[in-house]
Amino acid sequence: MKIVSILLRRPASASVLSLIGVLAFYVVIGGVDFGQLIGAASWVNYAARIGIVAIPVGLLMISGEIDISIGAMIPAGAMSTAIITGYYELPMVFGILGALALGVVIGAINGILAVRTNVPTLIITLATLVAMQGVVLAGSKLLTGSASVPLAAPEWAKFMFGQFIFGGSHQVVIIWWIIFAAVFWFVLHYSKYGNWIFAMGGDKESARNAGVPVDRMTILLFILTATSASFVGMCHAILFNSAQVSGGMNDIFNIIVSVVVGGVILTGGFGSVPGVFVGTLTFAIVNKGIDFTAIDRNWSNLIIGVMLLLAVAMNENFKKLALSSAAGRPWKSKDNSPQAAAKEPKT
Amino acid sequence: MSDNTAVLEMRKVDKSFGPIDVLHSISLKVKEGEVLCLLGDNGAGKSTLIKTLSGVFQPTRGEMYMDGKPVNFTRPSDAQNAGIATVHQFGGTYPLMSVGRNFFVGQEPTKGYGPFKIYDREKANAIAVEAVQNFGITRITDGDRLVGGLSGGERQSLAIARAVHFGARVLILDEPTAALGVKQAAHVLRIVNEAKRRGLAVIFITHQVMHAMAVGDHFAVLIRGAIAADFRAGEKSREEIADLMAGGESMADLEANIEGYMEAHDGQPPEPAH
Repeated sequence: MKIVSILLRRPASASVLSLIGVLAFYVVIGGVDFGQLIGAASWVNYAARIGIVAIPVGLLMISGEIDISIGAMIPAGAMSTAIITGYYELPMVFGILGALALGVVIGAINGILAVRTNVPTLIITLATLVAMQGVVLAGSKLLTGSASVPLAAPEWAKFMFGQFIFGGSHQVVIIWWIIFAAVFWFVLHYSKYGNWIFAMGGDKESARNAGVPVDRMTILLFILTATSASFVGMCHAILFNSAQVSGGMNDIFNIIVSVVVGGVILTGGFGSVPGVFVGTLTFAIVNKGIDFTAIDRNWSNLIIGVMLLLAVAMNENFKKLALSSAAGRPWKSKDNSPQAAAKEPKT
Repeated sequence: MSDNTAVLEMRKVDKSFGPIDVLHSISLKVKEGEVLCLLGDNGAGKSTLIKTLSGVFQPTRGEMYMDGKPVNFTRPSDAQNAGIATVHQFGGTYPLMSVGRNFFVGQEPTKGYGPFKIYDREKANAIAVEAVQNFGITRITDGDRLVGGLSGGERQSLAIARAVHFGARVLILDEPTAALGVKQAAHVLRIVNEAKRRGLAVIFITHQVMHAMAVGDHFAVLIRGAIAADFRAGEKSREEIADLMAGGESMADLEANIEGYMEAHDGQPPEPAH
């Protein structure tokens, strides 16, 4: 029982419980064939697509900010790759670099506005979201005369960003997602930068006084979210040999829901990369896994809405549990006090 | 009075915001191992004074000295680098982070090489717990515990221990006992005494006379931005200090007046005088 109560205090617990709940629901009510669901590629591909963006967005939300312009950055990344390599027929390297550079520029604009003004970042990134939608649509019409541009990716680019792995229909972005998760997991939980991000979400002014370069970190996090979004768009353009202006808008909400289901608190300062990873899996299973059940897929949004509310409520409770516990992770922690040796073990 | 030079000194400092003068000709000094209590009611200019001392504001006129040498802080980090640490009421602690992580924000100990430097949790926890325990907070034994679960007094103490650990010479405590209960306040006062014992110069800002008298060596009462009284421990009684803070009017008289009025007016308090 003790181990249960300890695990419940981790930021990732809400997401693990959501995942178990959703799977149980699909098996019991939906009559899903479990083996078939696990083997299916559709939800894993989808999880990777939103997961690559959800992890940096999770870090940004832990630091106390939010970025919704990612919704426009996914198609922007795809379109810039397609326009550069497909329409202008430049080498693929330029397409990839162009897409990533666009992400860096838009992220830097978001970050600098966030640091220089007192406008909430929800509003700043709403503005860049809408502006980028306009730029992408008008720009592609102006340059190519069309809202859909085909491209032909060379072999190496296909191999890196657009192949199918495991001999089936799993996309290579899944590997990228796992790499992203591993890198950011290290950064957030095992490097000093992670400590800075948590401190920024806890109390920005105190973090600044303690010597954390708050402004630089904020700008960097915005660059990461925008660039990861344009990276996802670029991968999809290479995979599907074309890019459309419209794709990617739903992703804003899906990504933020994944982050929240993953245990990140909206006010910042609490969350984890494993949590966001599991939250994304959960979201993808609800959204795409419903096809493997007897349930009409139109119900999936209802499930997501209910799950989101439950997750937010659970997150609050887990936060309280974590605060009230005498120790954050007793199974690993030890008594650090000098007189601990002389004392009886704690009960 | 000892003759060693003051760690931090202000001489005839004025601070104005446009046409509004907030501080008038403030002169004060604090020495090693001494607690200077700045007393004043709300609006007396205490926070402006703290911000001037900690480099947030620059004096309009007048000079500041550290160890007898003139200093000019243009940014808060200048004051910090000079060894002036300001601890606000709950400032400097992050409720959802562990004791060890809180302690080392911005100064994280790491192990490993190059890009794989990892945060040394064991070391951070051990140092943090030892530092707070040395300040007499024996209830904190686990560096993984979240700070939000500590009491207000313990959080204050953690912030003070942190400042001392990272080499502060002057500790500015902004109303550290204001939101605390009696027991918790006593806790913080013990920490102040410990900092003093270690030879820090402490500037203790409060409006609670009892708390000030418990730790203070030197007192300055601030009224409408000017120092109305400047005296050493034992020179004035609690009532006298309270009277000074209330703007020169005798607190006892005021209390008697209000009580008398209320008795005569069915328990209604009087209209405040303008």
